[in-house]
Amino acid sequence: MTVQVVGQRTGMVKPELLGLSPDRLFVVVSRLVALLLIVVTMSILSPYFLTWSNLINVVRHAAPLFLLSAGLTLVVLTAGIDLSVGAVLGLSACLAASLITGGHPALGILAALGAGLACGLVNGTLVAYASVPPFIATYGMLWIANGLAYIFMQGEVIYGLPSEFRVIGAGFIGPIPVPVLIMIATLIALHVLAHKTPIGRGIYAIGGNPVAARLSGMPVQRRLVFVYAMSGLMASFAALVVIARTNAADVSLGEEQLLPAIAAVCLGGTSLFGGVGGVAGTAVGAIILALILNGMNLLGIGTFWQSGALGFIILVSVFTDQIVGGRIGRMSGVTQ
Amino acid sequence: MSLTGSHPQLVKRSRALQLLAELPGAAYLLFLMSVLLSFATPEFFSVANLTNVALQVAVLAIVSFGMTLVILTEGIDLSLGPVLGLCGVVMGLLVVAGWPLAIAVGAALLIGAAFGTMNGILVAYVEMPPFIVTLGAFGIAMSFAMVLTEGNSVTGLPEFVRLFNEGVFLGIPVPIWATAVCFAVTYILLYHTKFGRYTFAIGGNRQALILSGSPARFYQVLVYAYAGALAAVGSFIMTARMNAAHPTIGVGLEFDAIAAVILGGTSFEKGRGGITGTVIGALAVGVLRNGLNLMGVSTEWQVAVVGIVIILAVSLDSLRGLNQ
Repeated sequence: MTVQVVGQRTGMVKPELLGLSPDRLFVVVSRLVALLLIVVTMSILSPYFLTWSNLINVVRHAAPLFLLSAGLTLVVLTAGIDLSVGAVLGLSACLAASLITGGHPALGILAALGAGLACGLVNGTLVAYASVPPFIATYGMLWIANGLAYIFMQGEVIYGLPSEFRVIGAGFIGPIPVPVLIMIATLIALHVLAHKTPIGRGIYAIGGNPVAARLSGMPVQRRLVFVYAMSGLMASFAALVVIARTNAADVSLGEEQLLPAIAAVCLGGTSLFGGVGGVAGTAVGAIILALILNGMNLLGIGTFWQSGALGFIILVSVFTDQIVGGRIGRMSGVTQ
Repeated sequence: MSLTGSHPQLVKRSRALQLLAELPGAAYLLFLMSVLLSFATPEFFSVANLTNVALQVAVLAIVSFGMTLVILTEGIDLSLGPVLGLCGVVMGLLVVAGWPLAIAVGAALLIGAAFGTMNGILVAYVEMPPFIVTLGAFGIAMSFAMVLTEGNSVTGLPEFVRLFNEGVFLGIPVPIWATAVCFAVTYILLYHTKFGRYTFAIGGNRQALILSGSPARFYQVLVYAYAGALAAVGSFIMTARMNAAHPTIGVGLEFDAIAAVILGGTSFEKGRGGITGTVIGALAVGVLRNGLNLMGVSTEWQVAVVGIVIILAVSLDSLRGLNQ
């Protein structure tokens, strides 16, 4: 039902506020309220929360999380999913860390980005040309990338990256952390890509109305390969920032990244049915998520709760968008 | 689902070829692996090893039966692995605390079914995508198992728990009995009840069923609940085999189960497939893993190989679908 609803949305006259239909407005407002509630609650509960050094810490975590989930957002906009982003991040991180500490920084960066791109291209080809359901193709890729990372590392932990490389994860330009600058630059680039280019319009069209996209003569399959390749590439980009921050890499790095990435996209209000949302929302989602995880840390809530909290966040944000957002949309006549 | 147009190819095929083409991929894989292994490792066809394979396959097969039903409804349940881990932990903790086995088993079954019911309600009534719902449940189940055990394994289980794995009844080990019973129950449910007819019908016709006022959503919830309960059954054997309940033991099992179901010829589209193919699929995955073990392939490579096999199987399946 919802799939059709999304498809119909574009062609209808709808009441708007700030250029948003009421159900989208609900998504935006609910996220801003959530953000505000978290900040207020946390600053009451923990005096350390609103200190400069803690907020720097939060954005340093939010930046690579955003890079990872921004690529995923493009995939989700086409009504697909990429479950392999975490594992690809892990594999790229291991490759990069190993080569960089081995004295080949340029090669390490290229190998990481190349591995990410390759995984993404395989995912995209399987989805676009072999019609494999996205969650299966990318779930298989999750285990392949995990396996390759294990084989490559043999249980080893690599640490002690050179300080010139660590700038991208832990450095500052003036008072501003470098990862934040990377996040802003990436956000602008991807936002322009998604909204001002034929490729971007294609991405939204494939997710919003696949039949029309195909009938209009758009190269749907090439666009799909492109978004999955971007997702893989962004995951390996995120890997570089992560290892630069943590100064270490091991195989378990990737295992803890999938749930946060998907939670950031869901929190960012991008519809899992495709065609609605965008990378700007994901940036907000990544910041909210980094605040929540930081808050849990400060309150001494153990890491065992973390995956549960992430699962809960995913379910609650998709649930509210579906139930409340859908109801508001129906009441205001946007959708039937 | 497919974004590419299908091009019907008018190729005439003989009867025999047609029949061969309709066999699930698992049958080919099983045959290929058996031939390969009997040459590569003489111990493959020993009674000891084949019994070992059957015991290893038992848990996978039981979980795969539930996964088959879920996939027949065009869904997926990524949470079955961690739910299995959680059920094992719950059963283990209760038994160690001195509760009777019946209560411990009942509680674990209830937890499994509860997770399934939650998944089912969110998928059927709220219309959230199955993989997102069950990924959320994945995180929650894993968290619960970790919190309950503080990340450690539950050990010191009483002797009788081991009967789930080592017990022998009428000359046949208990895990194989359990698999047979689960198969029989699932088979009857699937082919001789309203529940089964709805399971097949929901895949492909869900919207029509709901619009015509039939209780499709209700049966969809039951499918997920049943899959969760079967994961709990699997957890008893798994816990007995390990002689401990590890909170993360199930993680990755859902992946093998998906592989078994797909290799067994069940398709993600339009309710095509069935439970019998899944048995062959589970055997194929089990033999694949066993063979890789015998050939001295490390666990890490096994993970990657199974990933490649599942992707190849699904690609071939959907390409075959496109050509028809």
